[in-house]
Amino acid sequence: MTDITRLTLTEARDAIKSKQISPTQLAAAFLEKIDAENAEVNAYITVTHHVAMEQARASESRIAKGEAGALEGLPLGIKDLFCTKDVLTTAASHILDGFTPTYESTVTQKLFDAGAVMLGKTNLDEFAMGSANITSYYGKVKNPWKGANGKDLVPGGSSGGSAAAVAGHQCLAATGTDTGGSIRQPASFCGITGFKPTYGRCSRWGIIAFASSLDQAGPITKSVADAALMFEVMAGHDPKDSTSSSLPVPNVSALLNKGVKGMKIGIPKEYRPDGLNPEIAALWDKGAQLLREAGAEIVEVSLPHTNYALATYYIVAPAECSSNLARYDGVRYGLRVIEPGDSIEKMYEKTRAAGFGAEVKRRILIGTYVLSAGYYDAYYKKAQRVRGRIIEDFRNAFEKVDVLLTPTAPSGAFAIGEEPTDPVTMYLNDVFTVPASLAGLPGISLPAGLSADGLPLGLQLLAKNFDEETLFAAAGTLETALAFKRL
Amino acid sequence: MSFTAQHVAKIAKLARISVTEEEKEKLAGEIGGILKFVEQLSEVDTGDVADVASVVEHTLPMREDVVSDGNYPDRVLANAPAMEYDCFVVPKVIDQG
Repeated sequence: MTDITRLTLTEARDAIKSKQISPTQLAAAFLEKIDAENAEVNAYITVTHHVAMEQARASESRIAKGEAGALEGLPLGIKDLFCTKDVLTTAASHILDGFTPTYESTVTQKLFDAGAVMLGKTNLDEFAMGSANITSYYGKVKNPWKGANGKDLVPGGSSGGSAAAVAGHQCLAATGTDTGGSIRQPASFCGITGFKPTYGRCSRWGIIAFASSLDQAGPITKSVADAALMFEVMAGHDPKDSTSSSLPVPNVSALLNKGVKGMKIGIPKEYRPDGLNPEIAALWDKGAQLLREAGAEIVEVSLPHTNYALATYYIVAPAECSSNLARYDGVRYGLRVIEPGDSIEKMYEKTRAAGFGAEVKRRILIGTYVLSAGYYDAYYKKAQRVRGRIIEDFRNAFEKVDVLLTPTAPSGAFAIGEEPTDPVTMYLNDVFTVPASLAGLPGISLPAGLSADGLPLGLQLLAKNFDEETLFAAAGTLETALAFKRL
Repeated sequence: MSFTAQHVAKIAKLARISVTEEEKEKLAGEIGGILKFVEQLSEVDTGDVADVASVVEHTLPMREDVVSDGNYPDRVLANAPAMEYDCFVVPKVIDQG
């Protein structure tokens, strides 16, 4: 058999079912590859060798007894934002040094209950804040795709480690979280598939919180079929998360070949500003054309408040983060910085100053400011209302169309060391992904083509809330039509 | 109104993060830039749109008022930097009164 690390999740599942490979074989192959490459790529913060092999052996017992789960024996990477019982969980931050949860996040519990095997905890931007995986306390991650002259590139973020691991065949699939684009954008930069479910589909219990009204767990995979399978396992109501939905999880795997005949695909005109990269514009047109050829109708729509989405997000998300990160104070877990004679105030201030990186501090401070007395109405309340307008825009558009097709990111991956130094310029990476986050919509990024520099560019499909069925039908057709060749 | 090092100092105090003089200047510039960027929202006509705090449409679910969890102080304290008698230990909280 060819290199088994190159299999997709669903291919490996079938190969295990037909006894061509075994879970321990798979786990060992991935661990070997990770050990050989991690010093260079840095996709994993923690590699869980023993846990992986134990889980793989347990999978083999279950298979022998005829009790195989939906993900039996399949090795995954888990973004280090999910609390994993008895396994170091860092959120890529110094402030969580040594933190070893005594509980399992709901999403990872569901994956393990389905028989999945954990290879390790993948790297990310600190506390999920970033779009290039350059703010991690554990160092930058390298995109398996290389730039011109072999330059090292960023994998995107915040789920950069997960995306790099999947694209580089260091796991079959991985979990990510998406708050403003952190699954979709790294998937685009790494030439793979990334899916953000509707807000409320996956439980947030046990996921280290960044912005509670935006955070959503989702899969990063080699194919749409893989994303469908992961979603079906990860999603579902959780009484421990009061924002989780009780709607039944649809069997989207069965819809991948349904086709798009008669489906209306919306092209939002505001996503094509004057400066849009012409290669991306051309790829977007190609995507629309392919869907038209498959029987869909292409309709131009307008989302008038698109240009205000980033500003809205960069008020709401920091505000929520300033509240969520208040708990990191050196009292109950993680780093504590204290000198003899220090008051508790001093302990808080020193711990947080030493423990948080620059981007996290910036966002906490902005959040604190926009929520503070005298500024709350002008910034936070205003942003909440603009968010209402953005939601209205999407609702109006979805009265005319079934899905929206947009680019995922405004560029391909940029070089490490050549990232924008101005925070606002960095934030512009999220321009196409943020609006859907504000509205809670499900969105998927598919690798669509290569730039002139040979780097992957992604296209994004968005559907209305809880309509993953239409989304996956469109995604399945588009993926087949694009026929993108993975690394 | 420009965002100054003094503003940074006040906000940093609220956020309980100590900042050096140098950092205050740098942050004033960076945060000032971000605030300038987000100020564009004042242009938007939000009329009578309700504030959106969440995209979830159901109301907060209720549950039975019974104790269904707890009684494992060892797990709660497992990651404590300092602990004694099943409690987290911290410096004395000074009473200002």
